[in-house]
Amino acid sequence: MSKTPEKQPGDPKTTGHVWDGLEEFDNPMPRWWLWTFYVTIIWGVIYTILYPAWPLVNHATAGVLGWSTRANVATEIAAVDESNAAINDKLASVELASIQDDAELNGYAVSAGSAVFKTWCAQCHGSGAAGAKGYPNLLDDDWLWGGDIESIHHTITHGIRNEESDEARYSEMPAFGRDELLTDEEIDQVVNYVMSLSTEPQDAGAVEAGSVVFADNCAACHGEDAKGDREQGAPNLADAIWLFGGDYDSLVDTVANSRFGVMPAWNSRLSEAQIRAVSAYVHQLGGGE
Amino acid sequence: MSDSNPAPSLYAPREPIFPRRVSGKFRNLKWVIMAVTLGIYYLTPWIRWDRGPSLPDQAVLLDMANRRFYFFWIEIWPHEFYFVAGLLIMAGLGLFLFTSALGRVWCGYACPQTVWTDLFILVERWIEGDRNARLRLHRQKKLDLRKARLRLTKWTVWLLIGLATGGAWVFYFADAPTLARDLVTGDAHPIAYTTMLLLTGTTFLFGGFAREQICIYACPWPRIQAAMMDEDTLVVGYREWRGEPRGKLKKGLLDPSQGDCIDCMACVNVCPVGIDIRDGQQLECITCALCIDACDEVMEKIGKPRGLIDYMALSDELREREGQSPKDVWKHILRPRTILYTALWSLVGFGLLFALFIRPEIDLTVAPVRNPTFVTLSDGSIRNTYDVRLRNKHGEERPFQLSVKGDPSMSIQIEGTPQDTVAVPADTALLTRVYIVTPKDAAPSNAANTPVRIWVEDLTSGERAFKDTTFNGRGN
Repeated sequence: MSKTPEKQPGDPKTTGHVWDGLEEFDNPMPRWWLWTFYVTIIWGVIYTILYPAWPLVNHATAGVLGWSTRANVATEIAAVDESNAAINDKLASVELASIQDDAELNGYAVSAGSAVFKTWCAQCHGSGAAGAKGYPNLLDDDWLWGGDIESIHHTITHGIRNEESDEARYSEMPAFGRDELLTDEEIDQVVNYVMSLSTEPQDAGAVEAGSVVFADNCAACHGEDAKGDREQGAPNLADAIWLFGGDYDSLVDTVANSRFGVMPAWNSRLSEAQIRAVSAYVHQLGGGE
Repeated sequence: MSDSNPAPSLYAPREPIFPRRVSGKFRNLKWVIMAVTLGIYYLTPWIRWDRGPSLPDQAVLLDMANRRFYFFWIEIWPHEFYFVAGLLIMAGLGLFLFTSALGRVWCGYACPQTVWTDLFILVERWIEGDRNARLRLHRQKKLDLRKARLRLTKWTVWLLIGLATGGAWVFYFADAPTLARDLVTGDAHPIAYTTMLLLTGTTFLFGGFAREQICIYACPWPRIQAAMMDEDTLVVGYREWRGEPRGKLKKGLLDPSQGDCIDCMACVNVCPVGIDIRDGQQLECITCALCIDACDEVMEKIGKPRGLIDYMALSDELREREGQSPKDVWKHILRPRTILYTALWSLVGFGLLFALFIRPEIDLTVAPVRNPTFVTLSDGSIRNTYDVRLRNKHGEERPFQLSVKGDPSMSIQIEGTPQDTVAVPADTALLTRVYIVTPKDAAPSNAANTPVRIWVEDLTSGERAFKDTTFNGRGN
């Protein structure tokens, strides 16, 4: 069965290998192909000399060209910073209110501000700026310290109730219950009164007595009409928005123990251009005034 | 195992090939195809097409920077790139169809490697003469003034062709007249120069020196196309039963015991891949059919019928050997396999045409913002936010009016403007933040979600489009 057939003169050349009667044609590779193989070897050697290549214990050989991806990134970042220098200077120097009239500047400020926000602000205010209990929602139209871009800029620059900046926004509501300024009954009454301003009170009978307590103790800051005072950072109690919750128990807790939210001053961490960018970003989120 | 055999050689030098000039119907067909394909390649970027003031006026343009593909009246945006994918599928199926019907017809006539090699051989023949002159020049060891002059002239012309090839390529990616001027003045982008340099180099190398080596060693297509061929596929073959035993013509007389082949080597001398077609079908053969022309010329001279070397199918070869007449060409071409390829090709083609005609004029996407799902405003009303992306495919700025249908209590606002229209600049996709607000006590404010439809009207053309989405309320 495995007898090799007799070779004829015109038959194609074979390598001479025979396996069970199967022969292998001799189809030699072209010599230039061999040369390309040698060229790749030479290329490889030169490459490992020029570029980082051989792994050692703690690092790899650096290569004589000194090429480094880390250095390239640093160069690219520097190049981007340089190309943005002009617009950053402009952003840091123009009138705050005029930013939104300059389409190019505003576009830059909003997208740069979005990046700043997601890096520095999203931890408390959320990536969508919707806030959380104790951390204001920046999307709505309710502002404790003012919603025009100057006020927002001031709040971001100096922060709220911090020790870092002398110009930090500062307000402190007395802890009416803890410090025994009001009795539990009076607190119940005033909470029912405040609830009645925006929604249904828990105990309608206590509302009238509560209004007296409110006028004596709260109206100085929150106003006669309970609509708050931005100069002092006193919240509007007549609207539908509650930073620490608008239900009975939350309000009792707020009145009894008071609240003390803190925001850092950003002028020590961010550049003026960054602060203005994030101000412009927050201003256009849907509640800007 | 026969150990006595000497070790086989693993590498062999390339045998240089000097194809002789030939004339005939296939050669003429190849000239026409060369002129048409090269003409299309070199001239297409220069065709102008008016699209309005702010759009490029180049008929065929791959605008990478602005992510647009212009093809005469068709403008393709990145999200419509499936059209290009569809065209590639059609090109693939078309190639399958031609291969199953006519074998390596792509390789022989239309492949750029073949066309440019043909052009380079033409130049070579003009400068250095036909086969015999080139052979003499090749064998001449001494580099005298004449050889140096001929070689340098040839390489210069090849390089110029290569430069024109690389040059034409970059014109497909930028405005051709502007780029041509910039290329000359040195103001063009380095990528343009690099691309030209690379393509000049590869054209010079592949067309001038590598030639058939590319087809034999580098190209995967010759290996793949065997899968589309069968015994009805037309390939170039030799009527060995008619030609053999071959023998030289002695004193102009034909020996009746001989076959028709007079062993004149014409078929071998014209072959651009350097094979002898009389050995049967070979891997190297690109079915360029030049050997058919060469043999027919000789057969005519010695008064024998043409077609000793001819296009034929394997099934015909078997029939002819048994003395039967070959089947009609159309019976080979029209068979289930080719009909299937044609059907698939047409299906994709009609699908693409259909998709092209039902492309909406207004391109609108609405993405509800879910972080957060809704915002409570100080008066208790509920606001939902939507990212609305509007594409203006026209050459001028167009205003689009937005409106909402869903619940009568809903009102629509556009961020940053009190108006309900948004102006989209020419040839741009504009992302706009849109709010839908419902009053505190309206049903949608307290429901989990309410279906809404956002309508957009192109105030220039009056065309309307909508997208359905949802409105989330407190119940959410």
